Amino acid sequence: MQLDSELPLCLTPGHRLQWEAAQQKYVILYPEGMVELNLSSAEIIKACDGQRRVADIIQYLEQLFNAQNLTNDITHFLYIALQNGWIKHC
Amino acid sequence: MAGSNTVNPTPPRWLLAELSYRCPLQCPYCANPVDYARYPEELSTEDWKRVLTQARELGAVQLGLSGGEPLTRSDLEILVAHARELGYYSNLITSGYGLTEARIAALKKAGLDHIQVSIQASDAELSDYLAGTRSFEHKLQVARWVKQQGYPMVLCVVLHRQNIEQMPQILAMAEALEADYLELANTQYYGWAHLNRQALLPTQEQFIKAEAIAQAFKAKVAGKMKIYYVIPDFYEQRPKACMNGWGTTFLTIAPDGTALPCHSARELPNLNCPNVKDFSIQQIWYESAAFNKFRGFEWMQEPCRSCEEKFKDFGGCRCQAYLFTQDINATDPVCNKSPHHSLITELTESATHFTNEQPLIFRNSRQSRHYSLINENQN
Repeated sequence: MQLDSELPLCLTPGHRLQWEAAQQKYVILYPEGMVELNLSSAEIIKACDGQRRVADIIQYLEQLFNAQNLTNDITHFLYIALQNGWIKHC
Repeated sequence: MAGSNTVNPTPPRWLLAELSYRCPLQCPYCANPVDYARYPEELSTEDWKRVLTQARELGAVQLGLSGGEPLTRSDLEILVAHARELGYYSNLITSGYGLTEARIAALKKAGLDHIQVSIQASDAELSDYLAGTRSFEHKLQVARWVKQQGYPMVLCVVLHRQNIEQMPQILAMAEALEADYLELANTQYYGWAHLNRQALLPTQEQFIKAEAIAQAFKAKVAGKMKIYYVIPDFYEQRPKACMNGWGTTFLTIAPDGTALPCHSARELPNLNCPNVKDFSIQQIWYESAAFNKFRGFEWMQEPCRSCEEKFKDFGGCRCQAYLFTQDINATDPVCNKSPHHSLITELTESATHFTNEQPLIFRNSRQSRHYSLINENQN
């Protein structure tokens, strides 16, 4: 499945993003599985709020991290997240 | 303490709460110990709440509510609500037997995250035969209710010689029910499945054919349905990284409060697993001899000890090593470097000669009492 630049992204229903104090990590929880995220990956997932499209997510995160040229990194991670079913187009 | 002192254990991430050994079904591949009748006691609601709280404090976040049949516990909704409050992601692993639309709604309200419904086969006749109880039509109805009420719906089918050739029909059933996840679990031969292995083990040809059909389907439904394919490890050359390594990730609490590093560990001799009535989860996880026993690599024998792959597979499965070699420290015989590997190949080769005349031993209390007596006489 490919990223569609026209459609907003959201966390897949039935999935939950949560901070785990014991591990000092964010995790995505889903039926019979979980994935641990580093802080920047967690921010990308959080930016998938059901309103923002890919371009909006990049713009938002470049502002948040006060950085430029994040397009490739963010697009790559969004693609992986989509393939794994953590996020979806909505 | 036994085991290696050089290991710094990771916190538990998964808690499997086996709430009860009671079950209205009699599946002949049940993962419960064959002598479960020896342990009829069940923890109280307050005990379970304390276990959930303590395990959560340590780091457990995925919670499996299982059994036996967890629906036999009338306090299930209370435990689900407590788990939700603590921040667990809770998974109900059920046969669906006796589950009503109202209870599905009540569990949702209590904060349950998902329901996994098991179905034994793609048709009523075989499914009801394997379950030992008429249940197929109701299971389909439960799966529809689960879906309607907005849960992610996980369908689980355990595969073995008696149903593996139904793979196309099983996949069609999952599609018709609009399952979000389909778990195709090749039987793992512990507990009752070990007892019935001659009647359940498919041939390699059946395995290969079924897997090819499942993999093609997986590609077809990508993005719509997620397939969990649990491999049949008897046909592998290397063992599975069982439990992601002993005492690293998984914590099982049996109905009577016995804490186990894996749900089959009750079959291992002289493990002296601690009970949550006597110790805190913190003490059990970090200090007990049972949980430390196979942490790290010090306990290993050759060929594991000098093998580079030990970092990947941790020597495989302790229960499998014991069931085949009677030595809990042995290399998992699935590994073709194991001196006992021929025990596996002899079994798989003989699968081509097994006939369906081998009667199934169904999982029920009467049978379990029979095996309890045998085990007591052996001990």
